[in-house]
Amino acid sequence: MSDLDKQPGRVRPAPENFLTEEQIREVAAGRRNFLRRSLMAAGAAMAAPLAARAADGDPAILQLPEWSTTLGQPVAARPYGMPSKYESQLLRRESPGLARVGGASVSFCPLQGLFGIITPSGLHFERHHQGWHEVDPARHRLMVNASDPAFLKKPKVYTMDDLMRLPPVSRIHFIECGANTGLEWGNVAVPTVQYTHGMLSCSEFTGVPLKTLLEDCGVDYKKARYVLAEGADGSSMTRTIPMEMVENGEVFVAYGMNGEMLRPENGYPLRLVVPGVQGVSWVKWLRRIEVGDKPYATKDEAVHYIDLMPDGMHRQYTSIQECKSVITTPSGGQTLLNKGFYNVSGVAWSGRGRIKQVDVSFDGGINWQTARIEGPVQNKALTRFNIGWKWDGKPAILQSRAIDETGYVQPTYGQLRKVRGTKSIYHNNAIQSWKVVESGEITNVQVL
Amino acid sequence: MSRFSKPILLVALCCASAAAFAFDNYGIGRQATPAEVKAWDIDVRADFKGLPKGSGNVQKGNDLFEEKCASCHGSFGESNEVFTPLVGGTTKDDIKNGRVGGFVTGDIPQRTTFTKVATISTVWDYIYRAMPWTAPKSLKPDDVYAILAYFLNLAEIVPEDFTLSDQNIAEVQKKMPNRNGMTTDHGMWPGAPASKGGIGNGGKPDVKNVACMKNCKSEVQIGSTLPDYARTAHGELADQNRSFGPVRGTRTLGQGAVTAAPAVDPNMELATKNGCMACHGVNNKIVGPGYAEVVARYKDQPDAESRLTAKVKNGGQGVWGSIPMPPNGHLADEDIKTLVKWILSGAK
Repeated sequence: MSDLDKQPGRVRPAPENFLTEEQIREVAAGRRNFLRRSLMAAGAAMAAPLAARAADGDPAILQLPEWSTTLGQPVAARPYGMPSKYESQLLRRESPGLARVGGASVSFCPLQGLFGIITPSGLHFERHHQGWHEVDPARHRLMVNASDPAFLKKPKVYTMDDLMRLPPVSRIHFIECGANTGLEWGNVAVPTVQYTHGMLSCSEFTGVPLKTLLEDCGVDYKKARYVLAEGADGSSMTRTIPMEMVENGEVFVAYGMNGEMLRPENGYPLRLVVPGVQGVSWVKWLRRIEVGDKPYATKDEAVHYIDLMPDGMHRQYTSIQECKSVITTPSGGQTLLNKGFYNVSGVAWSGRGRIKQVDVSFDGGINWQTARIEGPVQNKALTRFNIGWKWDGKPAILQSRAIDETGYVQPTYGQLRKVRGTKSIYHNNAIQSWKVVESGEITNVQVL
Repeated sequence: MSRFSKPILLVALCCASAAAFAFDNYGIGRQATPAEVKAWDIDVRADFKGLPKGSGNVQKGNDLFEEKCASCHGSFGESNEVFTPLVGGTTKDDIKNGRVGGFVTGDIPQRTTFTKVATISTVWDYIYRAMPWTAPKSLKPDDVYAILAYFLNLAEIVPEDFTLSDQNIAEVQKKMPNRNGMTTDHGMWPGAPASKGGIGNGGKPDVKNVACMKNCKSEVQIGSTLPDYARTAHGELADQNRSFGPVRGTRTLGQGAVTAAPAVDPNMELATKNGCMACHGVNNKIVGPGYAEVVARYKDQPDAESRLTAKVKNGGQGVWGSIPMPPNGHLADEDIKTLVKWILSGAK
């Protein structure tokens, strides 16, 4: 903790907490001369502002900063607003060694510093299969056709003009890559929540229910029970979607994200939204929808995104992201400043519906307390939870455990591995543990 | 008609008009032309619906693969440098049984495409829609048959003189080494279950926990902790967190190791934009040699600049190993010149 104490910007309660723990013990023992000596020594040794703080108060208060004494920037100085220059640390980052080509890689969302449930669009995680493009919306088309002409009265083509005239919906949903936390199936591999859980984001999406388009084309729901979604990029990624999710109105073709158009990295100008289903099915740069009577066994459901089980069989068409949660603050790779109160905060989500309850443990899962959920709780969306904690300076293991509206309880690593082994790659929704040691440093551990 | 009573007829008419109301209701969008559907409807299903007619043999596939694919996948689809290997890890027994034995025994060092994939249609579809990596959709159906025939020969599924076509692909499917290695018996398909013509068990989870609240176990068993190398492998964690707030990022690389954001180097940008950095590190080999190694080899040669320029433009093979460098005809001569000068000056 000592080097943290020296960092500028550290907010310290005055005055007794100016002392080191050792000094506090001295004071408590009645050695007041020591206190006087140490304050004087501190005043001499520290840089001028800190000395001023010790004597009269906080220079951040006593010496007016330039933003209080000079003229600020005019409106529209930045026509598209950007985060403060002091926010340069929270960025999408790659995990070294995970992929060898940037065009087929992942950048992880910095969950460790985010609040609430909406992911800033510029920090939304990325997963591309063959690089991303700036797709010209004027030349983008969505085609709806059928594997057999009998399934659809009329194959149609829609422009962005067409799609944006149709009645839209706006809904908040999480999107999680099926391989999120995949590096951790066998053992702890990465240090922070950005790399363990950062293939996760949540946005408000706006677009047209796919049901509207299929019915506009005259779909025959009796015959066409599957939908193929296809992208316009080089990989032209394809995935099979069940018609049940289209019929119930959940699946939509989205152009809007958090109030503006989708970002290019997230599929501008059109992507599929398949709530509760792994991100690979949310096909970006969506160019075609085909209705059919059979699933398609595409590359990303027959070579990748298949889950290897202990008996050597691969599970195919595993799509639902099961109930999961993680504490984002404090979390791995962070250090607590000192003993005392902390708000422990995290997110929970379920591909099967709403979050019902989140419990938090501070002793590695022996005892649990129910956390406070920040409402409103939405269907297949991130749900923020908070719980107060007084750290006594002793080792602790922090965990969160989510329960969804179906009654499903997020499993432990031991429970998950007993059924699925350690080589599945996909769909790791085990309880995450963060170990706190006396120094305040927090690291990633796995509790069985 | 006379057999229907009037009310029933009215109900029938009403429902018919409701269906018509949904179809083409908005007057938005237009009918796709047959040529348009043909241009985009390229998917091939496991039952070969959508498979174009055509054929190609192993020898032609070998030639095409060497020219268009080997720079990433290695000449025999074995390379693990850029992508995971395509071929390898399957046996004669696997071809006979349709299960890759290595998955059953757990003794499989590297999963390859042919150890995993159950359906040959998947490979055909994927090559046609997405390969080669830098020029997707440039292969003709006959090229795809040929390349696939070459894979099948490498995997010892078909002989060297084999010609794959739309006529015999269903026969080849019966020899796919992991054709019986897939299951859909799980609860993670969000549609109808297999019992109702869909997939899986209808959403029933396979792993169960209960929400115990007090004294749930007698001891905490730690299964794994963060290895030392992993603590620093992701850079300075202190710089990946805010410098204010309730916590700080842990300083993993030591005091004073704070690194300023590097200035953007236009040469590096040019190299990244054109895909050079996917295969070459500045100091380290990735697929091709690191630039430092290139400098070391060529630094005393007076014609280094012109020789390297030719290599970047036309490609080459053999100087640094068997994986060839693809030609880069899409690069402007001026850009190649800039890049070569930059590389020879140490790429700094």
